[in-house]
Amino acid sequence: MYTQSFNVPDNAGGKTVPLAPSTEDPVLQAAFDARIDADGRIEPQDWMPEAYRKTLVRQISQHAHSEIVGMLPEGNWISRAPSLKRKAILIAKVQDEGGHGLYLYSAAETLGTSRDQMLDGLHSGRAKYSSIFNYPTLTWADVGVIGWLVDGAAIMNQVPLCRCSYGPYARAMVRVCKEESFHQRQGYEALLVMMTGTDEQKAMVQDAVNRWWWKCLAMFGPPDADSPNSALGMRWGIKRVSNDELRQKFVDATVPQAKVLGVTLPDPDLKWNEERQHYDYGQIDWAEFWETVNGNGPCNKERLATRVKAHNDGQWVRDAALAHAAKKQAREMRDAA
Amino acid sequence: MSAAIDYLLHLADNALVLGQRNAEWCGHGPILEEDIALSNVSLDLIGQARLLYQLVATLKGGDCTEDKLAYFRETHEFRNYTLLELPHHGPLSGYAQSDLDYGTTIVRNFLYSALMALLWEALEKSANADLAAIAAKSLKEVRYHLRHSRDWLVRLGDGTDESHARVQASLDHLFPYTQEFWVQSPAEAAAIAAGIGVDVTTLRADWDAIVDAALAEATLQRPAVGGYVTEGKRGIHSEHLGFLLAEMQSLARAHPNGVW
Repeated sequence: MYTQSFNVPDNAGGKTVPLAPSTEDPVLQAAFDARIDADGRIEPQDWMPEAYRKTLVRQISQHAHSEIVGMLPEGNWISRAPSLKRKAILIAKVQDEGGHGLYLYSAAETLGTSRDQMLDGLHSGRAKYSSIFNYPTLTWADVGVIGWLVDGAAIMNQVPLCRCSYGPYARAMVRVCKEESFHQRQGYEALLVMMTGTDEQKAMVQDAVNRWWWKCLAMFGPPDADSPNSALGMRWGIKRVSNDELRQKFVDATVPQAKVLGVTLPDPDLKWNEERQHYDYGQIDWAEFWETVNGNGPCNKERLATRVKAHNDGQWVRDAALAHAAKKQAREMRDAA
Repeated sequence: MSAAIDYLLHLADNALVLGQRNAEWCGHGPILEEDIALSNVSLDLIGQARLLYQLVATLKGGDCTEDKLAYFRETHEFRNYTLLELPHHGPLSGYAQSDLDYGTTIVRNFLYSALMALLWEALEKSANADLAAIAAKSLKEVRYHLRHSRDWLVRLGDGTDESHARVQASLDHLFPYTQEFWVQSPAEAAAIAAGIGVDVTTLRADWDAIVDAALAEATLQRPAVGGYVTEGKRGIHSEHLGFLLAEMQSLARAHPNGVW
């Protein structure tokens, strides 16, 4: 679904940030810097600084893990989808998230890290994934709200990544963004239909909006002033727009959509600021955000344990596929001899 | 008219119930590629079910819809093969719990796809033009399902000692349920008489050939069958369908006037 930007935050200075002292070959480093400055793409076979490679592996694998863990909260409602049409849409959507995980693991593999290594990072708890998926999906309306708000926030984060300096990641993101945009519209459409239904349905939608709104604002990561290791992400063209800018863009886009839908966004401080030409909004609970990022949210343990269980339960299937492939190859070689 | 409806419901319920079962893997597959593949199979089956229910709703008229048929019929009104409602694990009572087993999933998909690859092909010549069109679309899909499940059956059978033993156990568990394929129900008899349906027993030799060739390649033993023959397609089900439907229908029934 998306990766939140807490690992590579931003700096309004962008490319004016001075380079960190480098121990890399100065000639290769200069060529790399020149290509970044010219907004060129770095491809897998190109030379790149180790720190750039590491940062990308971390970010892309976090993004991939987020897609895979993100299948669980929505997958929770597949069996109970209230119509066959919605069931088919939801399966297709969750399947898309799996597909995104696949492209992203593949993109990260071009940097020399295997999918097994990345999965080991997830399963051992070393690697992070988007904290939004550590909240529970309590009603069917959560499925629509995740599409509308969570995928909506994801798109804001991800569209700039289509211009990311690393070619395979940027190209994967073009496809991911097209699908996410479709997901966002389907979520909003599902809610529009529910809002024409019974009072219980309308209350269900409002309740889901109340529970997800603040979590979605936190998805953009900490305020720019508190973003720790940001300069290089901007310098390297991996991150292009700051957390606060993206968050503001999301709020400004969402307020009119909420009005059309007929729901209230749960923030008494939310109001138009004529001077800024933007909506002002209230204070995000960052303590809760960091607790959840650090493993202490409502569903962290369940989500991770579910991924680990699927992986462990599937070991015999993967072993069988490898054993069969080896046997088949041995037979073919014997027949050819 | 009634002959067509009963027969179409049998085909639709098969697709829906197996689609619902296969979707249980979404997010839990043994490897990401299989997670995606099983979701795809499930989507195809639910798509087939929708077309068939829509056709039934048209034939019934009034306020009948695909969702009324899927969500507001009782367990005994479902006409699917019992094979398709079983959980993804070995034989256990209805309220017993167990882990999902990929071998069971693959064996079931293989046995059913092998039948449907033949049945949809024959139904392309149905006297009901709408059913013939659905059959043509479904045939393309089921050929992929058969290829997918057959490939995995061979991998698991001819894989490790553990996978061989596990998939043989799944086969031993599920194979007796295929006896239901060959016992004609009144709905099937009426549909054959009306030129709408196909006599499945005429497909049996071809099904045996597909199954035996795959089992030989997978180094698996075809189990001997006999004894009780399930009657899901006559509405007499296992203990498992009630739970599947209770979950599937719960939200729709909690909001009978809801719009989705």
